[in-house]
Amino acid sequence: MINFSQWDGFEGRLWQEEVNTRDFIQKNYKPYDGDESFLAPATEATDKLWGELQRLQKEERKKGGVLDMDTDIVSSLTSHAPGYINESMKDLEAVVGLQTDKPLKRAFMPYGGIRMAEQACTTHGYTPSPELHEIFTKYHRTHNDAVFMAYTPEMMKCRHSHVITGLPDTYGRGRIVGDYRRVALYGVDFLIEQKLKDHANCGDGTMTEEIIRLREEIAMQVAALKDMKKMAASYGYDISEPAANAKEAVQWLYFGYLSAIKTQNGAAMSVGRISTFLDIYIERDLENGTLTEQEAQELIDHLVMKFRMVRFARIPSYNMLFSGDPVWATLEVGGIGMDGRSMVTKNDYRFLHTLENMGPSPEPNLTVLYSSDLPDSFKKYAAFISITTSSIQYENDDVMKPVWGDDYSICCCVSATQTGKEMQFFGARANLAKCLTYAINGGVDEMTFEQIGPKYAPITSEYLDYDEVIDKYLLMMDWLAGVYVNALNLIHYMHDKYYYEAAEMALIDTDVRRTFATGIAGFSHVVDSISAIKYAKVRTVRNEDGYVVDYEVEGDFPRYGNDDDRADDIALWLLRTFLDKIKKYHTYRNSEPSTSILTITSNVVYGKYTGALPDGRKSGEPFSPGANPSYGAEQSGLLASLNSVAKLPYEWALDGISNTQTISPAALGHNDSERKENLVQVMDGYFDQGAHHLNVNVFGTEKLIDAMEHPEKEEYANFTIRVSGYAVKFINLTKQQQLDVIARTCHKIM
Amino acid sequence: MAYIYGRDEIKGFVHSLESFGLVDGPGVRFVVFMQGCFLRCKYCHNPETWAGSGSAWTAKQLFDKAWRFRAYWKSNGGITVSGGEPLLQMGFLTEFFRLAKKKGVHTAIDTAGQPFAKSEPWLSGFDDLMKLTDLVILDLKQWDCEKHRELTGMGNDNIKEMARYLSDMGKPMWIRRVLVPGLTDGEDDLRATAEFISSLKTVERVEVLPYHAFGVPSWEKLGLEYALKDVKAPTDEQVARAEEMLNVSAYHK
Repeated sequence: MINFSQWDGFEGRLWQEEVNTRDFIQKNYKPYDGDESFLAPATEATDKLWGELQRLQKEERKKGGVLDMDTDIVSSLTSHAPGYINESMKDLEAVVGLQTDKPLKRAFMPYGGIRMAEQACTTHGYTPSPELHEIFTKYHRTHNDAVFMAYTPEMMKCRHSHVITGLPDTYGRGRIVGDYRRVALYGVDFLIEQKLKDHANCGDGTMTEEIIRLREEIAMQVAALKDMKKMAASYGYDISEPAANAKEAVQWLYFGYLSAIKTQNGAAMSVGRISTFLDIYIERDLENGTLTEQEAQELIDHLVMKFRMVRFARIPSYNMLFSGDPVWATLEVGGIGMDGRSMVTKNDYRFLHTLENMGPSPEPNLTVLYSSDLPDSFKKYAAFISITTSSIQYENDDVMKPVWGDDYSICCCVSATQTGKEMQFFGARANLAKCLTYAINGGVDEMTFEQIGPKYAPITSEYLDYDEVIDKYLLMMDWLAGVYVNALNLIHYMHDKYYYEAAEMALIDTDVRRTFATGIAGFSHVVDSISAIKYAKVRTVRNEDGYVVDYEVEGDFPRYGNDDDRADDIALWLLRTFLDKIKKYHTYRNSEPSTSILTITSNVVYGKYTGALPDGRKSGEPFSPGANPSYGAEQSGLLASLNSVAKLPYEWALDGISNTQTISPAALGHNDSERKENLVQVMDGYFDQGAHHLNVNVFGTEKLIDAMEHPEKEEYANFTIRVSGYAVKFINLTKQQQLDVIARTCHKIM
Repeated sequence: MAYIYGRDEIKGFVHSLESFGLVDGPGVRFVVFMQGCFLRCKYCHNPETWAGSGSAWTAKQLFDKAWRFRAYWKSNGGITVSGGEPLLQMGFLTEFFRLAKKKGVHTAIDTAGQPFAKSEPWLSGFDDLMKLTDLVILDLKQWDCEKHRELTGMGNDNIKEMARYLSDMGKPMWIRRVLVPGLTDGEDDLRATAEFISSLKTVERVEVLPYHAFGVPSWEKLGLEYALKDVKAPTDEQVARAEEMLNVSAYHK
C-alpha cells in the first residue's frame, strides 16, 4: 500500500492499493441534505475576472464569433506559454490555465483534418501557415484524409445525400471523458508508474496486431502524462504528487481537463462527475480551518469560469449542424450511490450557484443526475435555478445507475459513460425519415432523385399499404444500418491511428471498455408517418418520373406525443427495430453497440435535406429535436407529451433519449414557491416512469421574439436556452434555428 | 344484444383535455374542458365550447385517461373539470368523480355557477356531486345583476346564492374575477364583491385573472363578432389595484 502525506484524514484502503477514484469518493464524501442558505456570493476577484471575461465575449461576438486564432502553432500540451484572463489580473485567478497563450484564442488543431483547420482560419479572415500546410499534406496524413482514402462510394453517397449526417470525419470525435480527478488524487508520477506496469504486463510476448497497438498507445499515454507535468510547471505548479488541499485539487484536476482540450477538438469535451469528489477536499479544508465557504465558492466559480472559456476553431458546416459554438463541457451534480446514500454534497449547490454568481451560461453543460429520492431541498434548489436561468438539464439516475454504476459521467450532451473505465465510438445519425422515403421510392433520393440506396422495387400504388411499406422499410433500414455502422468502424479506426486521445486515455484504465453509439434522426416523423399509413389513408403525389414527392392524408390518425398507445407503440417498435439492425453488424474493436434519439440543433439541418413525409411534414421543414413529438402533434399538453416519451425504454437506447420542453412561467404556477414545487412534481412524475432526460426552459415566446429582434440588448447577452441535449446562448443561434425554437415554444395554458 | 344501461353508460361531452394544468386548482392537474355553456361572456376565450357537441366519453374512459397522470399529482394535484360549464353535465361529473374519489384523487370544479338552482331534482344532484368534490372554483364575473346580464347574457342572483350555499355547506372555494378594464373593474362593483366574499366562510383563495385577447381568433373562426376589440389587457397596476380592493392577500392558502 502506498501512502502520501497529502492523503492525511482520508479513509479507505482499496483506492490506495490501485487507481480507484470511485472507492475514494464512496469512503470519504459527506451527503448534504440541507438547503442553499450556506452559499456565498461572488467575491470581488470573481466579479472582476467575470467582468473582464464578459468584455472579451462581447468583443468576440462583435468580431463575428472569433476573438483570435492561432495560424502557425500546432496545439499540444507544451505548445503555448502560460495564458491568463488578463495579465494584470492574474493574481486574482484562483485557478489558472488556458488552451492557448491568450483568453478565447482558438488553437490550430490539424490532426482531425488539415483542410478543416485551414478553412476555420480563412473563414474568419486568418491566413494559415503554408509550412504547416506542407507538413500535414506532404509528410503527415490527417484523420480526415485517411478516412476519405478508405470510404466506399456507397458511404460517400450516403454522406452526400444526408441519409447519414454528422459523421465525425473532419474533426476530433470527442466523447471521451478522462478521469481528471486522478491527477488530483494520485499525482501524475503515480499514474505514470501504473501505466508503465500495464505496458510491461501487456501481452505474453506474442505480437498480435492488438498487442502491438496497445503497447504503442500506452507509450503515447505515458508521454502525454509527462507533458502534462511540463505544462503545469509552466504555470508554476508541480503536479507529480497528489494535491494537498482543495485549491490544489481543483487546479490539478483542471490541468487534467486542460490537457484534453489542448490536444483534442472533439465535438464533445466533457468534464465529468467532479463535484462530489472535490467536495471531499473542500470539507477537509473547511474542517481544518484552512478554507472558508467564501473561498470554496470562489474556487468553484473560477473553475467554472474556465469551462466557460473553452473554444475550438470550427468550420461553417459544423456551426450549421451544432449551432451556438457548443463544446459540451458537461459536468454532473446529484445522483444516488449504489448503497442508497444521496451523493449530493454542498459542492453540488456551489456548482449550481455559479449560475447565480456569474449569471446564466450554456457551458459547462450542468446536468442534474435526478431521482425522486434526491433530498427535497436540493430538488427545489435545482428547480429554482431552472426557472431563473434555464441553464441546466436533468437525467434520470434511477435508469442510468443500474447500467453504469454510481460513478458515470455524461460524455456528450446526454450520454452516460463509466468514468475512467470506458470510452465511446460515436457519430452521426441515421436519418430514418429519409430512409422511409427511400423504401417508398426504391432507394432513390426524394430531393435529388439520385439512386442512393439499393435499387429495390419501389411502391407503385396510389395509396400506401401499411404491410407493403413496412416490408420495404425493414429492408431499407437494414441496408442503412449496415452502411452506417461500417462508416463508423472505418472512421474510428482512422481516428485511433491518426488522432489518438493520448492525454484523455492516460486517465482511463488501460483495460478499457468500449461502447459504439449510433443515433436516429427524424424519429417522431417516422412514427407519425407510419401511424398515418396505418390509421388513415395516405395518397402518394408523384412527379412526372413517377417518384413520390408528397403525400396527402385523408382522415385522422393518432400522433406520438399524446400518451396514445396506438402511436406510441409504433415509436417503441421503431426504436427496437433499428437497435436490432445495428446490433447485427460487426463493430470496431469489439465495442458494444447502442443507439440514441438525441439530435441536437442538427434537427434543422436534417430536416432541410429531407423531402415531404406521410405525416404531413413538408419538404425541408425542420425535424422535431431528439425524441420530442412533432411540432403541433401534441393535443393534450405537456404531461401527455412527457408520458409518450417516457414509454421509450432507456435500455433500448443506452446512448440517450433527449427531450426538450419549454414552459411559460405563468403556466407553471401562481408564484415562485408554487412554480418550484410544481416543476419538481413534473420531474418526479416523469422520471419515476423511467424516462431518461429532460431539458427545461422557463420563459415565454415574447422573450424569444424580442431577443431575436434585439440581440444587442444587454439583458440578452447571456440569455441561455436549452436545446436538445445542451444549452446555447439564444443570440448565437442561426436565424433559422431561432425561428425553429420559437415555433416550438411553448407549453402554456390560455 | 341487450344493452344494460349501467351508470358508466352516461356519456360526457368533452371539448378538450389538458394534462398540464397548474393554475386551475392546487398542484399539477388534469383539466377536462366540458362542452356546452349558456353564458355568452363578451370576453370568453373559448367560445367554441358554447355549443353542445364535443367528443363523447364514458366516465371510466375519461378517468382511465386522467389516471395516467397520477405520477405527477403527488399529494396536492388531481383533476379539475372546467368548461364550458361543467355543471350542465352533473350526472356525468358525479360518475367521473366517484371513480376519482375511489382512488383518493383530489377533485375540483371550475364553474361560473350559472345552472345553480335550489329546485329539485337539480339540488339533490348537486348535493351528490358536492359530496365527491373537494374544491369549487367559482367565477364572480360581476357584482351587479344587470351588469352581469349585460356582460354574459344572464343575471347572477342564483350564482351568489350558490356561493352562499357552498359556504354554508363548508365547501372550500376559490373565487375568481376576470379583470376587463372598463367592464369588470368598477370600484363599487369590486367593493361589493369584496364585501360579499368576506361574508363567505370557506374561501381559500381569491384570484384576479387579467383579461387577455387570446380568444379573438376563436371568435373569428366561428364567424362571431368580438365586442371587445378595442379593450386592452389591464396593466400590472390595474391588476394590483383590483387585488387590493378584493383583499386577495387575506385569503391566500
